[in-house]
Amino acid sequence: MQFGQLLEARAGGLYSPAADAWIDSRRPVERALITHAHGDHLGYSHKQAWCSASCAPLAAKRLGAKVQLHGIPYGEAFRMGEAWISFHPAGHILGSAQIRIEVDGQVAVVSGDYKRGRDGVSQPFEVVPCDVFVSETTFGLPCYVWPDPRKEGERLRAWWRSNQEQGACSVLLAYALGKAQRVLPLLEGVEGPILMHASADPFVQLYRDQGVQLPPTERATAERIKQGVAGAMVIAPPSVQNTPWLRKLRPCRLAMASGWMQVRGVRRRMGYDDGFILSDHVDWPELLQTVKDSGCSELWCTHGFAGPVARYFREQGLKAQVLAADETRLEME
Amino acid sequence: MNGFVTLCMKLDATRSTHLKLDALKDYFRSAEDGDAAWALYYLMGNKPRRLVSTTLLREWVADAQELPLWLVEETYEHVGDLAECLAALWPQGDTAMDPMSLKQVVETELLPLAKCNEQEKRERLSSIWSRFNREERFLFNKLITGGFRMGVGRSLSARALAELAELEAPVMEQRLMGAFSPDAASYRRLFAEETEQDSLARPYPFFLAKALDKEPQELGPVEEWQAEWKWDGIRAQLLWRGGQFHLWSRGEEQIGERFPELETYSMGLPDGTVLDGELLAWDGEAPMSFQELSRRVNRQKPGKKILRDIPVLFMVYDLLEAGGEDLRALPLRERRQRLLPILGRLGGDRFRISETLQAQSWEQLAELRSHSREQRVEGLMLKRLDSPYGSGRRGDSWWKWKVDPFRVDAVLLYAQAGHGRRAGLYTDYTFGLWKEGELLPFAKAYSGLSDEELKEVDRFIRKHTVERFGPVRQVEPHLVVELAFEGLQASKRHKSGVAVRFPRIIRIRHDKSPAEADHIEELLNRVT
Repeated sequence: MQFGQLLEARAGGLYSPAADAWIDSRRPVERALITHAHGDHLGYSHKQAWCSASCAPLAAKRLGAKVQLHGIPYGEAFRMGEAWISFHPAGHILGSAQIRIEVDGQVAVVSGDYKRGRDGVSQPFEVVPCDVFVSETTFGLPCYVWPDPRKEGERLRAWWRSNQEQGACSVLLAYALGKAQRVLPLLEGVEGPILMHASADPFVQLYRDQGVQLPPTERATAERIKQGVAGAMVIAPPSVQNTPWLRKLRPCRLAMASGWMQVRGVRRRMGYDDGFILSDHVDWPELLQTVKDSGCSELWCTHGFAGPVARYFREQGLKAQVLAADETRLEME
Repeated sequence: MNGFVTLCMKLDATRSTHLKLDALKDYFRSAEDGDAAWALYYLMGNKPRRLVSTTLLREWVADAQELPLWLVEETYEHVGDLAECLAALWPQGDTAMDPMSLKQVVETELLPLAKCNEQEKRERLSSIWSRFNREERFLFNKLITGGFRMGVGRSLSARALAELAELEAPVMEQRLMGAFSPDAASYRRLFAEETEQDSLARPYPFFLAKALDKEPQELGPVEEWQAEWKWDGIRAQLLWRGGQFHLWSRGEEQIGERFPELETYSMGLPDGTVLDGELLAWDGEAPMSFQELSRRVNRQKPGKKILRDIPVLFMVYDLLEAGGEDLRALPLRERRQRLLPILGRLGGDRFRISETLQAQSWEQLAELRSHSREQRVEGLMLKRLDSPYGSGRRGDSWWKWKVDPFRVDAVLLYAQAGHGRRAGLYTDYTFGLWKEGELLPFAKAYSGLSDEELKEVDRFIRKHTVERFGPVRQVEPHLVVELAFEGLQASKRHKSGVAVRFPRIIRIRHDKSPAEADHIEELLNRVT
């Protein structure tokens, strides 16, 4: 799959021949363009990497000092080989970007992960007109229609309060970077400590360093847990489920914050006590809207339900293709 | 419908039986009788005759959302529940809860659909769907499509009601037997005081054996044990009290009507007799296959032909009550002594005592056990001769010593997405064995893998799909698994020529290639 010199789908991932750079490459490469600081987009051991200025401190935390990292302000185009490159807010997490590649008046946009709704924490999504649009399709089925996050926030606070009344600790499972910070403003208004798991805690500070307003939090160290966590809200990554660490928080109630919580079967299979439908990805209506807004003539689909989404748009007359045959669903947000 | 929606959301949110019971009691305590009657009717798994075809429902939703039908199907496959899928796809309104009661919804919206033509049905449903929020829509769809499972069945509903009515659970079970009519009067009758009729029909809790998880020698001297064949039928209690015949399956379901021949011969029993035993389809000499028995059990009112083709036998294990006296506390040895003359007096060939196997040593019993398949039994039962008749799967006095299952290495051929908790994952598998150089489907299996393994196989299936037939994916014949199963029979109905019982997955055999999988011809040689 190829779009002129702009973009090419190769076995190793997305590559721009004009810029001689790889996008969100998981393998080490000479020149990497990075949409956002989640592990599956970041890769490792690249020689040089470019990302948005806001993403850079988060990416640096994960990539280490060996990678030569360039943080570029949103909207600022720079020359790379034959191409003009710029980063535009994607609304997924703090610093997340769509990567715009322009060569001879033709434009490709790689969305990375994105959402349209505002979460009050990450920079809101911007529409970037283009010829070829590479869109994530993690939740690309019409059953995914997000409820108003303010309503889910209300439910979340009510859940916390009711657990407090029963003297239990509330454990909210959320991805360490992005989701864990994004849920924090939703917790404001309830009296009680908010404890961050060690994997999520450093990113809270990095968010605050960029001026994001978040309620006070503490780190959930072993000593802090020993002091008692009844009535507290603990934010931890999903991997803590069924671990001794989680057992130390008992009595506790376990809930997950994820778009997957919209499907009852998934909710039941995962064995959480509760689920909150809070996603950092586009839902079905947002996906349709974004493809339309982009004005693209060609759509490349990746992640999740790429097959059905591509078929749907083909039937709508768009040239739509699946980027990678790898069809792993239910990946965590 | 407000209270009912709240109840269902509560039931859905927890896996604790205790919390479910509380939620049910809360609901039944406060609901109007007319609503409670319908709630109970649905919770017990009943549904009115089908009012709308699910194909039409899908088409209407697809049309309204301007979605291609294949995408609705694709979404259904992911969601794993049609009612939920259609509720999710209907245009979202941000509506408050509808004030209609459950009784009103069912009686004025749902049931009248039966008299409507297709166009009217569509208009009515569209209007209801638009008025409801997503949760209400989901439940309403459940009421239409049936399959109303909220982790609550008759048994748990009965327990909740029994506690509210301050009655024993089996009494409530009994009152909920047969066709429960979903109206306020029937509902109120459930709360009446216990009558003589209630006590006549009440069975004892079943005493169940545990699977033997050690060497039988560890059970002590063989003389202290009674050994019997482990018959492969349906465990049941037969009651003959006050001139009434009742037959209860282990699932605490009354199945007497389905076995009129047993009723006839029970009349020869002394009044106040309760027998514990196994229902078997019996060809005169030996049990017929479990499939035959299933055919019988599935007939609510068996006709002449099936009564003749599949005769049944009650293989008696134990005597729980004689002359109206509860004997459960007596040692097994004594209960059996009192059982023999009762059965001896009984005419006909519908009752048989489960004979005890004589052996001087555990080694002799092991030798007998090795002939289980020829006897068409599942192995041996071991019961302490001094054991009382307990309840549930408790204690160390009753053991089942099953024969080892058949095992084969088979190749994954097809997969389909699961439902409920397994929604969106490919977890329903069809496996094949070799026959004349070709892999033929021979068994379906759903259980035996851990959650991690399910995900692994799901990834394999997605990566190795060759072709899709609707929801079914055909995969490259590559993945080998070891299957275990119980019964093995030659069958003309199956393309492979064999039918198996309880197939389940033992492990994934990454170390084997498909060429090393087993052959059907070889398997057939093992059929005795």
